[in-house]
Parts: sequence; C-alpha cells; structure tokens
Amino acid sequence: MAKVLMKGNEAIGEAAVLAGCRYYFGYPITPQSELPAYLSKRLPQVDGVFVQAESEVAAINMVYGAGSAGARVMTSSSSPGISLKQEGISYIAGAEVPCLIVNVVRGGPGLGNIAPAQSDYWQATRGGGHGDYRTLVLAPNSVQEMADMTIEGFELADRFRNPVLLLSDGVLGQMMEPVNLPEPRDYDVNSKKWALGYPGKDKAERNLCSSIFLDVEELEEHNWHLYQKYQVMTDLFSEGQYKDFAVEEHLCDDAEIILVGYGIISRILKTVVEKCRKRGIKAGLLRPKVLWPFPTKAIQRLADKAANFLCVEMSCGQMVEDVKLAVNGKKPVYFFGRTGGTIPSDFEILNEVDKIVRPD
Amino acid sequence: MKQVFKRPESLSKTPFHYCPGCDHGVVHRLVGEAIDELELKNRAIGVAPVGCSVFAYDYFDFDFNQAPHGRAPAVATGIKRTRPDAIVFTYQGDGDLAAIGTAEIIHAANRGENITVIFINNAIYGMTGGQMAPTTLIGMKTATSPYGRDASTAGNPIRMSEIIATLESPAYVTRVAVNNPANLMKAKKAIYNAFKLQKEGKGFSFVEVVSICPTNWGKKPADSHKWLAENMLPVFPPGTFKDVHGVEKA
Repeated sequence: MAKVLMKGNEAIGEAAVLAGCRYYFGYPITPQSELPAYLSKRLPQVDGVFVQAESEVAAINMVYGAGSAGARVMTSSSSPGISLKQEGISYIAGAEVPCLIVNVVRGGPGLGNIAPAQSDYWQATRGGGHGDYRTLVLAPNSVQEMADMTIEGFELADRFRNPVLLLSDGVLGQMMEPVNLPEPRDYDVNSKKWALGYPGKDKAERNLCSSIFLDVEELEEHNWHLYQKYQVMTDLFSEGQYKDFAVEEHLCDDAEIILVGYGIISRILKTVVEKCRKRGIKAGLLRPKVLWPFPTKAIQRLADKAANFLCVEMSCGQMVEDVKLAVNGKKPVYFFGRTGGTIPSDFEILNEVDKIVRPD
Repeated sequence: MKQVFKRPESLSKTPFHYCPGCDHGVVHRLVGEAIDELELKNRAIGVAPVGCSVFAYDYFDFDFNQAPHGRAPAVATGIKRTRPDAIVFTYQGDGDLAAIGTAEIIHAANRGENITVIFINNAIYGMTGGQMAPTTLIGMKTATSPYGRDASTAGNPIRMSEIIATLESPAYVTRVAVNNPANLMKAKKAIYNAFKLQKEGKGFSFVEVVSICPTNWGKKPADSHKWLAENMLPVFPPGTFKDVHGVEKA
C-alpha cells in the first residue's frame, strides 16, 4: 500500500481495523478523540461494532465482556479516563482476557491538562489496578509505530491472553506523519477455545471467565500461574523472540553517555545525540519500545561500557527508577524532566549532557 | 413411573450455598426452567454480579462471565454485541444494580441492548453482612442504619423498575415476588417472557424480583415472606410497567 498522511490517533484506528479488530468501546476524552471518531465511521463499514459507552468504567467492562466472548477488541482513553478503567483492567488481567487499551497520555494529576505527558508510566508498568498483575506496555514514537504496535499489540494480547497497553501521548496522538499501512489480516471470533459462546466441538464442558478464587490456596496458585506467564514474557522480550522489538539502540557501542527515553522524547534525544557527536561528545540513545517487560538486560549490558546515563522524561521522573534498578549502582544515572504538559527542547537536554560530561 | 419433577437441565448439579430460606435458589430455578422451556441452554451465557449470587456461575450449566460490582450490564453488552445469537442475561442484587451499577443498568436499558436482566431486590446487602441498600425501607435497621433508615440523611428506597420504565428503549419491565405460590407462578411467567423476548430479538427485558434475606433481616424464612408482603410490596408494588410487544397478552 502507498504511504498515507495520518494523525496518530487515526493511524491506531485504521491499524486496528486492519488487524481484524471489529469491536470498540470508549468514552470521549481529549487528546484521543480522533480515535473513537475515526472508528465510529470506519467500523460500521466492515460490519464492526462501535459503542460510545456511558463511562470509562462501562467501556472497559464492555471490552471485558467482548474479549471474554472471543472478540478482538479495544478501548482508548487519556490519563484520567485510564484511571477509571483500572478496575476493569485488573479483572481482565485476572481473568486472562486479551484486549488492547490505548492511553494517549496527558498532563496530570487530577484533571491536569490536555497537553502531552509521560506521567502515567508508573500506572502503566506497575499494573495500575489492584492485585498481583502486569500489563504488556508498548511505547511507540511515531505515527508509523502507532499503527505497527497496534497490530502487534493485538497479536501479543492473544498470544499471552493478557491486556496490552499502548502508551502514547498527546503529541503522538495529534501529529501527522506518512504511514505505511500493512495488508489487512483476518481474525476469527471463533478462534479461541476458552471463549464464552465458542461453538467448536472441542470445547470444554463449559467456559468461564472469572477472576474470583475464594479459596486462598486457589488464588495463590492462580497468582503464581500469572507470575510464571509474566516471567515467560520477560524472557521473550529481554533475550528471546521479541528482543529486537523491545528496544532500540542508537550509537551506543562507543558511547560514554547513554541517553534513555521512550516515546516522543526518544525523537528529541536522537537529535541531541547527533548534536553531541558533532561537538565531540560520544553520546548514544537507548529507547525502550516495550516498557513492561522493561529492557533491563539491554541497560545492564551498556552499564558495563558507558560512563553515565541520563534518563529524560516528560514527568518528574518515573522510568528513571527502572533505569537505576537496571544499572544497579554501576554507573551514575542522571535525570532530566519537564512536566505538566511541557516538552523539553534539545537545547535544554544538551545543557544537561554538558553538565554531566563537561562539569567544568 | 412417570417423572413429574426434576432439576432443570440449565442448572448444574452443584448444591446452592445460599442461606436457609433464601429466595436465590428459587429464582435460579425459575431462570433455569425458562431457559429449558425455550430450548436456549446451548446459547445461554450468564453474567454473575458481585454479591451473594457472585457464584451463580457454579449453579448454571452454561458459559458464564463473573463481572465487577455493578458492571454486569456493560459486560453483557460486550458479550451480546460479539455474539448476537447468544442468550445473554445478568443476575444482579440491589446493591450491585441500584447503587454502584446504576449508570450501567440505565444505559444498557436505554441502548435497548437485547439482553435480559434479573434483579433481586431484598432491600439489603447480603454478602457483605447486611448493610443498608438503596432499596432499604424507611425505618429499616441494618448494619449501617442501626437507628433505621432516615430519609432526611439516607434518602428513600429507589424504585428501579419504575425508573427504567420511563425510558423509551426497554421492551419489558416488570416486578414480581416469590413469597407465595401464586406470586411464584407469576414470577415464572415473567422470567419466561423476558427470555422469550430476547430470543425473538425484541430488546431489553428487566424482571425485578422482590425477595427476602432472612439472615440479614434477622427473621425466620416464613416470617420474612410475611414481612415482605406487609412491608416491601406496598413500597415495591408488583406489576408490569412496560410491555411494548404485549408479551403478557400473547
């Protein structure tokens, strides 16, 4: 297909349709509004279902219902709305129902503002709701990746029977870039043997989607089962099949300072790296493309070579904790952040690099 | 020998865990009978709530989802939209449906989702230990209204059937009780009607069953049914508030 110019939010919508998603449940909130608007037009054209729910809470529970019935299903929102969805996400994770959840992050806490931010990192990577669970978190940095990761997100959700979170931000949602859209994929709603209403002859006596295990021993067993699944995911993303998908390294081999950033920040950091190199500073970029499982091992490897790490975020410092855990005291880890919807400039970051590598 | 009474096929063989005298077992049976009689067992998908009937999935012999507190109508919406041929119902108590899940039930009804809702109203939270519900009667003492429900601070019992019947979309809204054989037969018919309408694709059907909670009311089962007739039915009068397709006359 030829490249098309699209907004990030719309690219997610079209990619979802191409991935075979036919069910969307959501509630309006800025800055993700183009996504439900796009799908409200697009899904009926492919016999899909678009429901504008009465709340974020209802929307995520519609996702829970549809996902439990075998649908390839998604919802989207922005920060305050994602907070409301946490109850449902916890149930979905507990019941092991696949789905895609898009967060076009805006400034918080509270109502905050509608400008881009990365201040939902902790919520996204620590589970977010109650209980021992994890969501797989993908972090695109371009409109192309908004599309690609949407498609991959559905596949990963199905593979691991786990909710997948696409952690974007107000910039990526709103900006326009050329996108190469892939060929459409088929998805069969009757492809999951465990789903409610599965009609196949190989079905178990009956199917149940539930997250309640009243017996403490049963819940402990279930939680260890989830934990083992998360370990498998961690291994696949750090050393296995998804190793290259999980992280992007740019000029890290000889770098004395590694800049660490995800999402839209990584685009700015790439410029910073180039400017550093022109000025004789050996800088490299490490970009986690998957935030959970976090690319701990990739950072560990670099911690043996590089002298310093600088983590840059559009928050007061959240991912930096994971970077520090990975570096484990081997090298200094510095942080620079702007918050409240402010985007740091390459100039500001360059100043921070200077302070670290040329302190005098 | 001719068998004249048996367990409905739609019920599993798991014994009910409900308290002695509780109406849940009776209503489960009526749901099972309706689904059997309409030959819907192979298409049925239930949605269990949070509350005493959280384990409803253990007692029915078909696919089930266990929903978060109050969200059953939203979960049922997702299931029904994905599998339009399935017969999808929620089974919810008064705390679940009339308090924490008020938005979900009103909007599922207002969208006219082609699902069936069985609403058990016993004027109290059972599972959590007898707290005041939105349907608790004025003056009724509960764990969280020890001096009796006071309308000036806790409002009045909320009538969900009447509220839902004000909406244009629902096809069938009715209130029944199972406190005596005559009412039980009416309840059976109402539940049958509700599933029949869904089978025919005629839209949202809602059956409120005014019920007892002997344990948390602190009354014997027989006394509870007497108390229900004397105190609850005047506040929650049985009757049909909406029957767009005239299913009751058919």
